[in-house]
Amino acid sequence: MALKLNQSEFEIERDPEKCISCQVCVRQCSNDVHDFDSDNDTIFSDDSSCVGCHRCESLCPTGALRIKERETQFKTNYNWSAGHLQNIYRQADAGGVMLTAMGSDKPYPIYWDHILFNASQVTNPSIDPLREPMEIKTFIGKKSDRLEFETNNASGKNSFKLKSKLSPQLELSTPIIFSAMSYGSISFNACKSLARASQEFGTYYNTGEGGLHKDLYKYAGNTIVQVASGRFGVDIDYLKKGAAIEIKIGQGAKPGIGGHLPGEKVTKDISNTRMIPEGTDAISPAPHHDIYSIEDLSQLIYALKEATEWTKPVGVKVSAVHNIAPIASGIVRAGADFVSIDGLRGGTGAAPQVIRDNIGIPIELAIASVDERLREEGIRHRASILAAGSIRSSSDIIKAIALGADAVYIGTAALIAMGCHLCQKCYTGKCNWGIATQDPYLTKRLNPDIGTRRLLNLLRAWSLEVKEILGGTGINAIESLRGNREHLRGIDLSDRELSILGIKHAGEAW
Amino acid sequence: MKKIYIREEYCIGCRLCEIYCQVKHSKSKKIIKAFKEELVDIIPRVLVEEIGYNSFAIQCRHCADAPCVDACISGAMKKNKNTGVVTCDEDKCIGCWSCIMVCPYGVIRRNVSDKKIVSKCDLCEDEDIPVCVKNCPNEALIFKEIDEKIQVTR
Repeated sequence: MALKLNQSEFEIERDPEKCISCQVCVRQCSNDVHDFDSDNDTIFSDDSSCVGCHRCESLCPTGALRIKERETQFKTNYNWSAGHLQNIYRQADAGGVMLTAMGSDKPYPIYWDHILFNASQVTNPSIDPLREPMEIKTFIGKKSDRLEFETNNASGKNSFKLKSKLSPQLELSTPIIFSAMSYGSISFNACKSLARASQEFGTYYNTGEGGLHKDLYKYAGNTIVQVASGRFGVDIDYLKKGAAIEIKIGQGAKPGIGGHLPGEKVTKDISNTRMIPEGTDAISPAPHHDIYSIEDLSQLIYALKEATEWTKPVGVKVSAVHNIAPIASGIVRAGADFVSIDGLRGGTGAAPQVIRDNIGIPIELAIASVDERLREEGIRHRASILAAGSIRSSSDIIKAIALGADAVYIGTAALIAMGCHLCQKCYTGKCNWGIATQDPYLTKRLNPDIGTRRLLNLLRAWSLEVKEILGGTGINAIESLRGNREHLRGIDLSDRELSILGIKHAGEAW
Repeated sequence: MKKIYIREEYCIGCRLCEIYCQVKHSKSKKIIKAFKEELVDIIPRVLVEEIGYNSFAIQCRHCADAPCVDACISGAMKKNKNTGVVTCDEDKCIGCWSCIMVCPYGVIRRNVSDKKIVSKCDLCEDEDIPVCVKNCPNEALIFKEIDEKIQVTR
């Protein structure tokens, strides 16, 4: 076999003083990195197969292992970086598209980290959320143009009754929803953890384009069902089970690209859930072949509303691309009750690296421009905006909402809470943490009791922090923060960036 | 009584339960020292059984009608009336292996390194939670009250 030119990405350091040859690392690695030699009771580790998932390091009972990123041995070259060389070697070996997973790790500006939040001093009092009520409940769906009331004077006392018919809404106890991740791209235990956590916390999770497993029907009240280009798992029961329906047009990690779940992952359970034959590739086309215009999209939105008897909100998910503002405007006019926007750094289970790292725009800019455009056109109330694509902390949530989002989707953060270490190898199906895999040896590594508990803790922690930040600004309801860009200031940003974000620079007062 | 409940669907076969059991029953109770210097003397009292991707950790079930207690010819094997824990008095054990023959779960093992005695789970009586349960990374072992009736109808 010809020489491989790639260098190992990681270096495994094993402290012989601490290693007790218990072989936990050997048993836990799905990439067969560690090998036990019974003759001399030692373990040999092969750096070249290591993906840097840190499973062995986390489970080693004596802390004998250190997985380190290997310093590149290529000659320093600012033009031809080690990443370029490695990719060329790999592609020259295999001649294929470079696959990767999770969100882009390229050093594009992260605007969250260039936005500062306000607080009250003297002129308005701050609020202590532990002592005073703080409302972060959020409703997703179309809001009425105006409300009409019926006045009743019959009994001498004035009583009012709402006359206007309200559109169906999703009620979120916190402005956080779990992103679309299909059963297939992630394991059943991961889906179950998301579903259970949503139900217990009073929020929602999204099925992705994976259909809805029958065992998850009991969480139907907290499920957003997705209808994507492959229409996998879509039938009337599926639509009726969902609390809301989301039409997926695009995904932040791979705008303009479809999906491909390889046949080996289509197990019996997945084939039943997706309603396709066992072992066949599940290919989602790049476009919906019945949607080539806003009018076509409108037809599908109303077909879905009709099918579900106008009982649930129907939204559309798009990735943040250059013309996102007019696209979002078209989507709202097409009748969508919410628009989900997935930014440049949004995650995926598998995507061509060249697409993931080069296509789309950051979510911060997309939220600002969409919110701005919908307000200008007077249609902002007709749909909620869900922001997705790398929400990393409660401060990102606050900033997203202040820029104009109604709620955020968290996908990567939820996976990290369940154990993901961002090794970006989801597409191999060998996830050592039992998340992005269908291998029965690996899926049992994610105990849904633990997964649910950790997700609930994350939701609770972030909700508390959101309340703390709100309180500090003297705001007692998240409604009052939405689109309230006066509370944001940019730092280290150009005038152009500030004007797109619609915020002032730090130091500028009213 | 509180017993160790097995959830085989979440056992990941890492065998950390065995490792921590060995440490617990070592002289030094220090993991590195126990494995590097004392290992010859200690065998795990919990066993991970594996076939394909199915695995589970099993240790003495501390049966209500413990057959090993009846079978013991030297009176070493005893069931504590108060706690329900079945233990082997290592000073009395003569290594006849009768208990091993009758144990329906195969969780009593020979410890031939020192004196011929049997080695079995003592439910870590001096700990709040047995170490195998405490150190299971996926909560595949749970320490909780289990209805004794289930055991009797075995």
